[in-house]
Order: sequence, then structure tokens, then C-alpha cells
Amino acid sequence: MFKKIMAPVDLAHKDRLEKALQCTADLAKHYGAEVVFVGVTTSTPSSVAHSPEEYGEKLDAFANEQSQAHGFTALGKALLSHDPSSDVDDVLLKATADNNVDLVVMASHLPNVMDYVWPSNGGKIAEHAKCSVMVVRT
Amino acid sequence: MADETANQGIPEPDGRAHIIQTDYQIGQDNIETKIGPFGLDIHNPVFLISGLAIMAFVFYTLALPEQASTVFSSMFDFTTKTFDWFFLSAGNLVVIFALLLIVLPVGKVRLGGAEAVPDYSYAGWFAMLFAAGMGIGLMFYGVSEPMSHFSSSMGGTASENGVRTDWAPLGAAAGDQEAAIRLGMAATIYHWALHPWAVYATVALALALFSFNKGLPLTIRSAFYPILGDRVWGWPGHIIDVIAVFATLFGLATSLGFGATQANGGLNELFGIPKGTTTEVILITGITAVALISVVRGLDGGVKVLSEINMGLAGILALFVLITGPTMFLLSFFWDSLVSYAQNLIPLSMPFGREDVNYSQGWTSFYWAWWISWSPFVGMFIARVSRGRTVREFITCVLIIPTLVCVFWMSIFGGTAIHQVVNDGYTAAQDAALELQLFKMLDPLPIAAVTSFIGIVLVIVFFVTSSDSGSLVIDTITAGGKVDAPVPQRVFWCIFEGAVAIALLIGGGLASLQSMVISTGLLFTCVLLIMCFAIWKGLHSEPRG
Repeated sequence: MFKKIMAPVDLAHKDRLEKALQCTADLAKHYGAEVVFVGVTTSTPSSVAHSPEEYGEKLDAFANEQSQAHGFTALGKALLSHDPSSDVDDVLLKATADNNVDLVVMASHLPNVMDYVWPSNGGKIAEHAKCSVMVVRT
Repeated sequence: MADETANQGIPEPDGRAHIIQTDYQIGQDNIETKIGPFGLDIHNPVFLISGLAIMAFVFYTLALPEQASTVFSSMFDFTTKTFDWFFLSAGNLVVIFALLLIVLPVGKVRLGGAEAVPDYSYAGWFAMLFAAGMGIGLMFYGVSEPMSHFSSSMGGTASENGVRTDWAPLGAAAGDQEAAIRLGMAATIYHWALHPWAVYATVALALALFSFNKGLPLTIRSAFYPILGDRVWGWPGHIIDVIAVFATLFGLATSLGFGATQANGGLNELFGIPKGTTTEVILITGITAVALISVVRGLDGGVKVLSEINMGLAGILALFVLITGPTMFLLSFFWDSLVSYAQNLIPLSMPFGREDVNYSQGWTSFYWAWWISWSPFVGMFIARVSRGRTVREFITCVLIIPTLVCVFWMSIFGGTAIHQVVNDGYTAAQDAALELQLFKMLDPLPIAAVTSFIGIVLVIVFFVTSSDSGSLVIDTITAGGKVDAPVPQRVFWCIFEGAVAIALLIGGGLASLQSMVISTGLLFTCVLLIMCFAIWKGLHSEPRG
């Protein structure tokens, strides 16, 4: 049913991804789908990497690690954003189209009152992406 | 090098840059927490100290307005009068340094590594750096400053006890209209061209270099790494960042306060909207609300769009004045002004032995302190959007092009107003209050109601573009150099800035705090000189070409 799964990851908060990663692995194995791990980074140094290039390398390593641990094909795709706090959703939505994915699996926090004003990233992606979206509550 | 197909969207391969190896990890001192539904990711202690210090100062100026005013304005007078030679010398040094970087081989170093690709097109980049840097000043001084120096030059010199009491630049040009115009334009352009932009370019280059090429966080303290080493992550660094936040927030809040007063003047002139605190508070609230939308929409969706709209509008207004004004006169006037600037540049920038004390201390020294105190904010903003440019390209675009644009702008607006006085005997602009001179100059031109309205819109939107980019800068500094801190944080700074402006506007104290901000210019002048050294050291360890 699904051939290509996109799994957005935040390398600065890997600890919050556990459930979503497990879900991604289970679905990928079940459908024999390929997984694209996407991460959004900035051109300025961040807590994860000094440069976008280094970020890309770390994401590749992360994808590799997941692929070997769970036994599915995976690759990493780093996405550049000038201002991730405000446009991470747009960058991810564009990535779903650019990569022809048919399922997005992503972690999202429990909704609170602020979600009425600013929807969570997962919520916004689910609302606007053309493909199926699975939002995993952390 | 990473697998190219695996990293689409990244401007890569970036080539090698010489990352500084340090154990410091960006965000290691940050507190990540949630207050109610709001997520926070703030630097400890920079965020808290900045916020509390700002509130303490606002409280002081409101509680003891007279004392604060005396203290701060005498501090300001002392700084600009005693250290005028220091400001002028530092300004000259920075201009020479920046010009050298264009021609020396280190100019080939690329920000972000040898093969980095620019994040923004020239147009978007230029619009943003210009709108943050001086857009608003050009609206107010475009007519009034050339006019002022022209009038004082015409008036000639006067002295008392051997000290000049007139405000004319250099030796004035008593009664010689032609010479007074040329001197007036040179004296104006001097304050808006190479010197301020060299200051911005230096600060921006230092931050861009240490962030994009050296891998240090995007905060002011990073430029001190070559001198302080790992101590920049401790208290010396905290203090540097707090002062930068302080200067930025007060600089913006006081400008917002004065800007509201001036926009109110314009609205009163055009639509008869009553002058007063109520209108001004509504204006500040409105400007803050638009800035808020802009910061929430982010750098690309908000700040860049507004900057481009504003530069477009400013371009249309300048073109309109050029065409409907004395076109042929203005075209040759641009050239004459440029030549006159070049001829007078050296005498105007002499730091010692000046006789024109009022001009060199009251104008030049004030301007230098002002540009320098704004440089952490403008510099950091320019740095953030400049990745992928070579040093040569960077300096040319931040120094030479803005200089030419400023000369062009001053020639058109100042030139038209001077032409009105000299050729038509129309002196309404010359006689009007500072904030109304632009509108009075537009009056005799066609569709004055429309152009004046555009003028007011420009004033307001330039405030928005300063306010939103300023909030982003403060947010980044108080998040320890992280540009991806949660949105509520930037919303907080944006509102805080508006609130400080309103509090000072109602309670009084705008002028005294502005004097204080400008006094911090002295401190940042030392920072600026250290940055030149840091850039020099940093560039030499980078691959060229």
C-alpha cells in the first residue's frame, strides 16, 4: 500500500522520537517501503551541527543506523530552512511533494490550548499534505 | 563530503572551512522548558539579565525622570564631546579596513566555506540589509539634513572667545550659494555613506565569519573568541551579549517612540488627525501588531516580504520626485554631490584640530555613536542573511552600493528642496519642523496627497522592518545563538519592545534613554576595533577561492 515513507526527525531531540521511529520501522517492514528520514536545519551553526554539510552527514548516519537496526532501506535528506521556527511546516510539505512519498510518520506533542492559535507541525502537515499522514503522540 | 543525492535542498558541497574546535556546544547553557502552553528555549543567564535590566532602567526613568534625564544627557554630552576624536578615528579606521578587504587576497574567502551558495538573491538580500540599516533615517533626514547644512554654511562662521559657535561644517561658505550647496551635500553624505556602512559591514562580517566559517553560535560574543578563547562562554561573553540586547531593545524602543511622534505629525498635516499621546500609542500598537505578524511569519514570509515592498515603494517615491522635480538639475546634482563628497571627505573626517566643533561634535560624533550603537543589531541581521557571499562581494554590497544609494537619495530629496529654495523662492520645507520637511517638499509637486501618503506608509513600514528584524536578533542573542527557538519567544520580545516604547512615551524618558543608548556607542567602538582584529585573524586561516 505504501512504497515510500517520509519520517521527519529532529536530531536535537532524538529522545522524543522513540515511538514514532518504532512505528516507522514497523510500517516500513510491513509494506516493504523505503524510508526517507528528513531533518530541517539552518545555515547558522546549531546544537546539532556546525554547518549544513555536517548536519547532512549526521542525518545520513542516523538513517543508516535506523536501517541497520530495523532492516529496511533508508536514506537521509537534510532540508535547509532560513527560519525553521516559522517555516518548518512549509519546508516539510514541499519535501513530501518533492520526494513523492505516500506516507508521512511523524511525532507530535500532546495538543494544548496553543494549538488553536498555532497548530502543531504534525497537525499542519496532516491538514495540508496530499499523502497519508500518521501523527504519533509522544 | 556527504553523498550529494542524499542532501537535496542543502547548498552543498560546502567545501572546507576552518571550524574552530571548542568543547562548547550551542545551546548547552540554555534552559528548555514550558510555561503553560508556551515552549521556551532561552540562554541562561543572558535572557533573564537582559529582561530584568531593561525593566529596571525603564522603572528608573519613569520613577525619577528628572534625575535620569540629567544623568543620561550629561553622560551623552561627555561622551560625544570628549571622545569625538576617538569616534572619528575609529570610523576612519573601519572605512580603510573595509576598503582594504575588497582589494586584498583575503577578499576571496567565502562566508560559509569555499563552495557555499548564497541563500538569498541580490535583490532580497539588499532590500533586507537596507531596510534594517537606515531606511527610516533616510525618510527623516533626506530633506532636513542637506537643508540644515546648506543653511548653516550660507550663514558663515561666528565665534566667541576663539571658539566657533556656528553649526556650519568646515570653514562654511558665507554668502556663496553655490559653494554652500556643495558643502552642505558633502557634509550630509559624509554621515550616511562610507562610514556608517563600513561600521555595519565590519560587525556583520565578524559575526558571519565566526558563525558560518568557524562554527561558533550566531551571537556577538563569538567575535571575541580569538581574544578571549573559551572564556567567551562565561561571564565576559554574557556581559557582551546583554549589552548588545540592551542597546538593540532601547535603540528600537526609543526610535519607535520618536517615530510615532513624527508619523503623528505627518498624519496631522495630511488628514488633520489630532496630535497627542493617544494617537501615538495607537500608532505604536499598530506598528507592533504588524511587526508581530511579520516575526511570526518569519524571515522569508515576513521580514523579507516587507523589506522588499518598502524598498519598492521607496524606489517609486524617489523616481517620482526625480521625474516630477527638476530632473536635469537633479541628475547633475547627483554627480556634483558625489564629487563634492570625495573632495571634502578628508577634511570632514579629520579627528584632530577641528574648528567646526559644533558640526564635528554635535553632528558627526553623535552620528558615529548612533551608528555604532546600532551596529550589533544591524550587523547581526546582515550576517544572518549573508551566507554564501565572498568577503569581497559582501563588502562591496554592504559598503559601496548602499553608499551610492544614499548619495542618490540625498541628492534627490535634498536637491529638490534646495532647488525649491534657491530657484523658486519656496521656503516651506526649510521653515518646517524636522518631521514635516519631507511633506512640505512634496507639496508643490504633483499629486502631493498621494506621495505624502506614501511617505507616511514608508515611515511606518520602515519602523515595522526595524522592529521585526530587531526582535529576531534579540531572540537569537537571548537564545544563545539558536535561530530556531520557539516562536513565543520572539513574540515576547516584539511586544516587550512596543510596551517599553509606550511606557516611556507616556511617562517621559524617551530622550534620556536614547542618550544612554548612544553613550553605549563608546563601548561598542572598542568592540568594533577588536572585531577588525578578529576578522583579520579569522580570515587568514580560511581557504581562498
